[in-house]
Amino acid sequence: MVDTMLNYEEGMCKKLGFEETELRLGLPGAGEKSNANYGKRGFEETVDLKLNLSTKDVGLDQSDLKEKNLNKEKNLLPCPNDSVKPPAKAQVVGWPPVRSFRKNVMAVQKASDSEETDKGAGGGAAAFVKVSMDGAPYLRKVDLKMYKSYQELSDALGKMFSSFTIGKCDSQGMMDFMNESKLMDLLNGSDYVPTYEDKDGDWMLVGDVPWEMFVGSCKRLRIMKGTEAKGLAPRAMEKCKSRS
Amino acid sequence: MAYSFPEEVLEHVFSFLSSDRDRNAVSLVCKSWYEIERWCRRRIFIGNCYAVSPDIVIRRFPEVRALEMKGKPHFADFNLVPEGWGGYVHPWIRAMSAAYPLLEEIKLKRMVVTDESLELIARSFKNFKVLVLSSCEGFTTDGLASIAANCRNLRELDLRESEVEDLSGHWLSHFPDNCTSLVSLNMSCLGSEVSFSALERLVARCPNLRTLRLNRAVPLEKLPNLLHRAPQLVELGTGAYSAEIRSDIFSNLTEAFSVCKQLKGLSGFWDAIPAFLPAMYSVCSGITSLNLSYATIQSPDLVKLVSQCRNLQRLWVLDYIEDTGLEALAASCKDLQELRVFPSDPFGAEPNVALTEQGLVSVSEGCPKLQSVLYFCRQMSNAALVTIARNRPEMIRFRLCIIEPQAPDYLTLEPLDTGFGAIVENCKELRRLSMSGLLTDKVFEYIGNHAKKLEMLSIAFAGDSDLGLHHVLSGCESLRKLEIRDCPFGDKALLANAAKLETMRSLWMSSCSVSFGACKLLGQKMPRLNVEVIDERGPPDSRPESCPVEKLYVYRTVAGRRADMPGFVWKMDGDKALSADGSGNKPREVVERLGSSYAINFCTWLSYSLQSVPNTDARIITCMGQRNLFC
Repeated sequence: MVDTMLNYEEGMCKKLGFEETELRLGLPGAGEKSNANYGKRGFEETVDLKLNLSTKDVGLDQSDLKEKNLNKEKNLLPCPNDSVKPPAKAQVVGWPPVRSFRKNVMAVQKASDSEETDKGAGGGAAAFVKVSMDGAPYLRKVDLKMYKSYQELSDALGKMFSSFTIGKCDSQGMMDFMNESKLMDLLNGSDYVPTYEDKDGDWMLVGDVPWEMFVGSCKRLRIMKGTEAKGLAPRAMEKCKSRS
Repeated sequence: MAYSFPEEVLEHVFSFLSSDRDRNAVSLVCKSWYEIERWCRRRIFIGNCYAVSPDIVIRRFPEVRALEMKGKPHFADFNLVPEGWGGYVHPWIRAMSAAYPLLEEIKLKRMVVTDESLELIARSFKNFKVLVLSSCEGFTTDGLASIAANCRNLRELDLRESEVEDLSGHWLSHFPDNCTSLVSLNMSCLGSEVSFSALERLVARCPNLRTLRLNRAVPLEKLPNLLHRAPQLVELGTGAYSAEIRSDIFSNLTEAFSVCKQLKGLSGFWDAIPAFLPAMYSVCSGITSLNLSYATIQSPDLVKLVSQCRNLQRLWVLDYIEDTGLEALAASCKDLQELRVFPSDPFGAEPNVALTEQGLVSVSEGCPKLQSVLYFCRQMSNAALVTIARNRPEMIRFRLCIIEPQAPDYLTLEPLDTGFGAIVENCKELRRLSMSGLLTDKVFEYIGNHAKKLEMLSIAFAGDSDLGLHHVLSGCESLRKLEIRDCPFGDKALLANAAKLETMRSLWMSSCSVSFGACKLLGQKMPRLNVEVIDERGPPDSRPESCPVEKLYVYRTVAGRRADMPGFVWKMDGDKALSADGSGNKPREVVERLGSSYAINFCTWLSYSLQSVPNTDARIITCMGQRNLFC
């Protein structure tokens, strides 16, 4: 049964000229390399992350509803030729229609099954965190388990809010702010800086720790004005120093 | 002048009428019946909290004892309604605390409830008995502590699937030692551990406890302690259903279950380990409702369990059950009425289980009483849908979610119009339908032609043009709720069927092609509708009129514009888009218009015979002299 479905999907891919229409993540010509580094950017591969609210919705571009081909917009990687399980497709908001309540519970159970995240991430509402942005009139919620990297989270938040920047990430997704002047540049240069409240109740700069650790310890997100976030930097550096 | 009964007699007669529709019909007979009825109405159901205001309700019905109310639109469940949209219950609690000191019951769904509200409830209503908060949010366990501590006669505390800020499990210890009235406790959505000894003592001193739904933190080894103290339980929700695999734990559990001879419903089963499932076999023959939708156990173990439950009427399960498991279900459970199959991995790119359309077909063949279905799967065919429709013409609720949007019939690659068409054509009693897969305008033509009893329709990624929407709005006579996302429906069908919207509770359209200009026009044409545009890109008049709005929520109301709209919601009023601090419209005093020309004398009423008025939602307001808006 599963085989039939796999064949169907590959057949569908061919039928729709999938190879030609796919979008790839990463630099042109990166090929296999971009697969391997999916979710973790090489130090050189910095991306300008000043995101404006794009007109393209994650699901549907309203102006060409008639010619939508959802495969085009959703699959960011080519059909797998090897046995590696492809990552989950990019999310269409609210689809499939599974209630957050259920998603949270299932996400936690999966995590404890596969021991990907620590137990602290469990307990019901950990995956969905509130996101506030200074000056914005309303909050949003994101499910951190839906993303595999800071980059993905940044993209998603960028769609929700405008002029949001997460800065540069090194190969482990960690902010290189042991270098103070770089940090100051970041804070001065950007309009907004993402921060999060961790399990201890402390407010930290996003990008601080490896992604998985972040997901496990983040309780809520706040996108602060860069000037306000300066006060965080020394603490963040303390924490970082004590860890290394 | 006709002879009529004394008021007391009429009141006594009316007390036998529980249905809102019947009561509404009664209140239309004549002025005096209207008066008598309104003084003795005790239960109110408000399907949309913004359809009416607290003042209007209180003015008409001064002696209410039970309120049931719903807030946010259904698509809020799937994160389509931004946070802060509304649905606040506090204004209602405030108003009722003064007007209804004898209030006993509050049941809310998809509303924002604060600790302040809970504290006010606890303080204001001396005889408070029932609190049900379904899919609500905004409160913490501190609010629960107030309820536990102050409501002396509390019978039901049910927090089903609410989002509670869990500060600690200490709230449970606030039930006083002399609280013995609990009949139902559902704390399954909470994360924190409560004091087990406090829970044990509470359970032990409440002899009428029928429903106990524990949260995940209650360990399995301790479950027998509770069961022994409450052998009269009818519905049990376990905590985490896993423990160290030891024979003493297993035998204690088995023995405890065997003592509960009245059990009819089971739920919980988080982290379930198959080894402990046989412990409940002794109760299976009595079980009518089984919720295994959080149990990640595989098909063979599911089958073993389910085939023992010969009297099963309702099953909620994950797709781990697979087609083979559903076949076994169809063979064993001939009383099955409701089946819900949830996806274990909804966002995975590949199917992870062998569950296809065949499972549902098997159940439709084997279970003659099947009337309610919610099914997530990854492939479907017209042939399967036609078979299901022919097998089960008495289907009432049919919700199918094919995980890939716009997936065609996997055998023929055609749209699924024929299949869903067969559903609406054969299932003449169908009240609720959710569709998915590749669908053209044709399916809407079928729906408009056949689905005459359909009350709620959910559509996503379907249709080709406005004709689709037009078919639905013009054909579905009983339609109350319509929710649409990502469909190419625009202005024409909406404006052409504007009057229809007053006969419905609400319409939701998101990521469609309805222009700002059309929304304004609709708001202008239909003063008894609130036409609300939700747009997170900023004020709609900062963009051209032809620009489609992100989200549109239209609902009928007698309360006028609501005062609590957040910054991203605008109400269409004539040629303006009003935000929350625009000029307010006075609530429409529709209910006050009791023309004496509508007095019907008693003899006429005898031959009138109580007919239920057409399907409506708020069911509390009748408009004498106009088509009933809210009956």
